[in-house]
Amino acid sequence: MSRSRYARRLPAAALAAGLALAVSACGGEAADPATSADPAAPAAGATSAQLDPNADLSKQSLAISVWEGYTPKELPQQVKEKLKTELKVTLHANNEEIMAKLTSGTDTGLDVAFVSGQYAQALNEAGLLEPIHPELVPNLANLFPEAKELSYDKGNVFSVPYTWGTTGICYRTDLLKTPPTSWNDLLSPPAEAKKKVTMMITERWLALPAIKALGYSVNTRSDEEIAKVKEKLLAAKPNLLAYDDTTFRDRLKKGEAVMVEAWDGWCPAGEKNIDFVIPKEGSDLWVDTMVVLKSSKNKEAAHAFINYILDPKVHGWAAENILYGVPNKAAMDLVDPELKASMPSLQMTPSQLLQGESIIDLGEDSVKFTRLATEVAAQQ
Amino acid sequence: MTRSTVSGATAAPRSRRSRAPGRTAAGRSAVGRLVFLGPGLAYLIVLLLVPLALVLSYTIFRRGRFGGVVYEATGENFTRLLDPLYLDVIVGSLKLASIATVIALLVGYPTAYLIAQLPRKWKTIALVAIVLPFWTNFLVRIYAWIVLLSGPGLVNSTLGDLGLGPFEFLYNQGTIVTGLVYSYLPLMVLPLYAAIEKLDPQLREASANLGARPARTFVSVTLPLTLPGVVTGCLFVFVPSFGNFIIPELLGGGRSIMVGNLIRDQFLKARDWPFGSTLALALLAVLVVLLLLQAWSARRA
Repeated sequence: MSRSRYARRLPAAALAAGLALAVSACGGEAADPATSADPAAPAAGATSAQLDPNADLSKQSLAISVWEGYTPKELPQQVKEKLKTELKVTLHANNEEIMAKLTSGTDTGLDVAFVSGQYAQALNEAGLLEPIHPELVPNLANLFPEAKELSYDKGNVFSVPYTWGTTGICYRTDLLKTPPTSWNDLLSPPAEAKKKVTMMITERWLALPAIKALGYSVNTRSDEEIAKVKEKLLAAKPNLLAYDDTTFRDRLKKGEAVMVEAWDGWCPAGEKNIDFVIPKEGSDLWVDTMVVLKSSKNKEAAHAFINYILDPKVHGWAAENILYGVPNKAAMDLVDPELKASMPSLQMTPSQLLQGESIIDLGEDSVKFTRLATEVAAQQ
Repeated sequence: MTRSTVSGATAAPRSRRSRAPGRTAAGRSAVGRLVFLGPGLAYLIVLLLVPLALVLSYTIFRRGRFGGVVYEATGENFTRLLDPLYLDVIVGSLKLASIATVIALLVGYPTAYLIAQLPRKWKTIALVAIVLPFWTNFLVRIYAWIVLLSGPGLVNSTLGDLGLGPFEFLYNQGTIVTGLVYSYLPLMVLPLYAAIEKLDPQLREASANLGARPARTFVSVTLPLTLPGVVTGCLFVFVPSFGNFIIPELLGGGRSIMVGNLIRDQFLKARDWPFGSTLALALLAVLVVLLLLQAWSARRA
């Protein structure tokens, strides 16, 4: 998978190298240590701006775009107090919305955006991201070492992870005879769970259970494999209650469903009779990240903002309120142990998470998954 | 009545123009017309015509990788439309919307007929009752159906007390049709009521006097005269049903999709605006044909 990915990037990398040469010829900056560690990853990111570590942040203002409820409501006041920078928060409903905005070609005025890892990768390939200047983000040291091993961006060259997690089966311990252990338990459920199973319909997660049950990569581009995945998903459809990305939690609580495909942070495993399992065939690893936009005119403040977010107390807010794991060791250590014990997403260790396969952007091949989702949904 | 609902917008200014006397007065009234028509025209142009033109123009371009449009002319969106995958969804939506329309007509016609026969006071009450559901948010009402019909829902728990069930009512094409009929039935009843109410009762009496039985009177007199109302009502139910995407998602459990879902997904998930626009164009084409049919039947009436 990584081989083909890098091959696809070669032209971009060559162009980037040329630009980098041009910049360094004009008395550019020292090489980014992360960049030199992984020569294949930087692509367009090599053209980084010269930033002033002593810039007066009170003269800069920040605009960020983030999912609703993903940062504290008081964030603008907190940032104003800490960094002396005005912060304007705009919201996006999903990755697609912010991607459409950022790639529209017009100046959005945004400085920092929260996007999932594979989208950060795509933005970087499109040359829209400013590489992260680690010297301006000392709190990067708080991150787990594993957080630098994420395959869409090894070494956090152009993105900083904010939350991470995986996908598994959330189920009712009282309504199932044996707890599920495999994706096949979801795809061909036991008698007591027939018509009481939900799966997600968002393309990549719709495919995930079948892909893993068949032992393929979540980033497969092979038409043959996708055809097999489709077959398996269609075979599973008669046993499903519904496709559901948003209300599976309530369906499980009410007992309308007994087994659902769920993101770890969405499974109310703290409640009686509900538990979560990562199937033995493995799963994905999703990461939501923060990126600095190349078009930003406030890059120093943007870095200071990311650094502020990585502060254990601030980052810990995300773990305690969104209930997703955060890749910040210091922050995870601060999380209330009682809460931790009740949420599988907060118990996941980084090494466990890294066994999951990161979803990466498939570029033009992503239409294959769109088609797959339409085909599965349209089939009667 | 049917004419006024659909073609009233164009008819009104025409009649006003014919009334305008003299030259200077006409000039003055042109300014007046502009002032009064301005907001409406601006609304139509900015919020209807411009977006429509955009959507139409997108159909001949290529998809940008992250959404948006690459301005390279191509015909591939239209060839994709003929792909059995999408054709089947369009045909399936036509089918579901047609079934919903027929059921709404079968339920709506007797309802409208009876309301038209009620004494004046009860008429108002009945009409208010028909419109009443619109006072509650559409989504809330759809969720109410889920609460009613789901596995552990109200209907099943009641049946359970009687020793029946549980039944799986939800998440199939039947529930989609139920949802569509429920949501748009008022739009069927109201134009039918207007058409039936307008009908001169003497015509029916004349038919009876000439020896026709009630059934014959209905088929030969009442039905033909209310046909424009029938067509309008059918159109009012069919159009929003055909493009609906909320009901298939919530009451259909996402297990079947309609063309509305397809368009929504092309824009929001697949980031393929050109193909989404092409699908929207196909939907519009079907609706234009139906509107022409309606206009034709209204003229005949």
